[in-house]
Amino acid sequence: MSDAPGPDPTPPAVGGDLVDRHRLATRLWHWVNVVALVVMVMSGLMIFNAHPRLYWGQYGANPDHAWFEIGSRGDEGFARLGAAEVATTGVLGVWRDEAGAVQRRAFPHWATIPSSYSLADARIWHLAFAWLLALGLLAFMVASLFNRHFKRDLTIRRAEIRPSHVWADIKDHARLRFPTGAAALRYNILQKISYAAVIFLLLPLVILTGLTMSPALTSGWAWLLDLFGGRQSARSLHFLAMAGLILFALVHIAMVLLAGPFNEVRSMVTGRYRLPREREERP
Amino acid sequence: MIARRALLGGLTLGAGGLLSGCDRLNASPGFRGLLEGAEQLHYRSQRLLAGGGALAREYGRADMSPRFRTNGNIRPSSPDYLAHAAANFADWRLVVDGLVARPLSLSLSDLGGFPQRAQITRHDCVEGWSAIGKWQGPQLAAILRAAGLSSRANFIVFHCADDFGGVPYYESIDLNDAFHPQTILAVLMNDHRLPVPHGAPVRLRVERQLGYKHAKFVMRIEAREQIDNLHSGKGGYWEDRSGYAWYAGI
Repeated sequence: MSDAPGPDPTPPAVGGDLVDRHRLATRLWHWVNVVALVVMVMSGLMIFNAHPRLYWGQYGANPDHAWFEIGSRGDEGFARLGAAEVATTGVLGVWRDEAGAVQRRAFPHWATIPSSYSLADARIWHLAFAWLLALGLLAFMVASLFNRHFKRDLTIRRAEIRPSHVWADIKDHARLRFPTGAAALRYNILQKISYAAVIFLLLPLVILTGLTMSPALTSGWAWLLDLFGGRQSARSLHFLAMAGLILFALVHIAMVLLAGPFNEVRSMVTGRYRLPREREERP
Repeated sequence: MIARRALLGGLTLGAGGLLSGCDRLNASPGFRGLLEGAEQLHYRSQRLLAGGGALAREYGRADMSPRFRTNGNIRPSSPDYLAHAAANFADWRLVVDGLVARPLSLSLSDLGGFPQRAQITRHDCVEGWSAIGKWQGPQLAAILRAAGLSSRANFIVFHCADDFGGVPYYESIDLNDAFHPQTILAVLMNDHRLPVPHGAPVRLRVERQLGYKHAKFVMRIEAREQIDNLHSGKGGYWEDRSGYAWYAGI
């Protein structure tokens, strides 16, 4: 018998190929999470408007020292962080609503759900979508353990966290030199760190600090109060975790726009991704 | 570049649409009903997790707020209440009635005769702030037992002396909260007679729920089978007026 070759092995993917990138569980959770987070942030900002001051410790109310505050003095809006204060008239503290009337609330109408002041309505939205956020994350985590998404795509390997490697990746990002060909299918170290920070740190933190503000839940789970240093500390951390998630979302969206929005969004909708073509090396 | 600009334009339009869309959804009874359904989830899951005898965190003296702020009504305007306040509530009586075998009329010294409980607890306002204070008074459970609570009763309603524009304040809790050891009728706050701005002569403490459930100026306690046939039917003043959740454990 001749040594006839077997069927051709699939040739390695190269730039220009349309390939499978994101699994169904990842795509589904991504968009559920987008909806949940947008509603949670906007209804959360309205809840903050009811008492726009943050404290550290077990208690904290108007007579106590607030480390962060958004407020107004006459027609001037301000945001204060510790002793540093900035004028925010028009955006925070004092702003005009859609009808042109001056409002003295922390966050403006375009940033809140609902757009006109209602703590009761914002709580209804926030506490209902909280279930979607928390159960969505839980389902995604279970699915990603079973389909090995975490292990294959998010596990940070020893070689990747060498300072020289991280520095090279930072330089590539700064020069907007994104990977091409099959290399574009793997998350780079900065992506891995930021995705892992969102999935394993910021989202669990925002959920647990939210639960710590519930007087019923902390009767059963008093350890939550100890973990975060009190209900008002938990409220402050809840706000900071939200700020971290917004920062992530802004950078994430900027990267999608820079890397090619059509291809990137398609890969998160249909799962199909066209590998960027290899760059021609220039002398 | 054009694609990018189109995308940015789309995002701006999308954000505008999102906003007005959310306000429209907010006004839609069907969607609101769906969102409000989560209250049942909170009630059931929290009763499951912390519904037993679990106590709200109690603090030490060193943890108390230096100043405990007031809010809501700080002085009822009814002549009847003001006369009692002027007389230091000497002739005032707390009425306990409704679905009970023996309706009661209790003076402040009668209330002092029931087993007392003192607790330093955290008061969490729905707005977001917290204050820690010391509360002392009879356990509600002891009073309900003395009155012979009927087996038909499902809710305990607190009728108050204050009102907002003529609409009286009231609140209601279920029997799980009514018989919780930390549920007391506070007559002392920080070791002194309860001041008028904090709800003199009696304020309900229901420590596993938010501040608006802690009715001030309590005049009458009524045991009822249902609360949907009382006032506007939502079980409390803020529930009726603004749509705040009746179950305020979160």
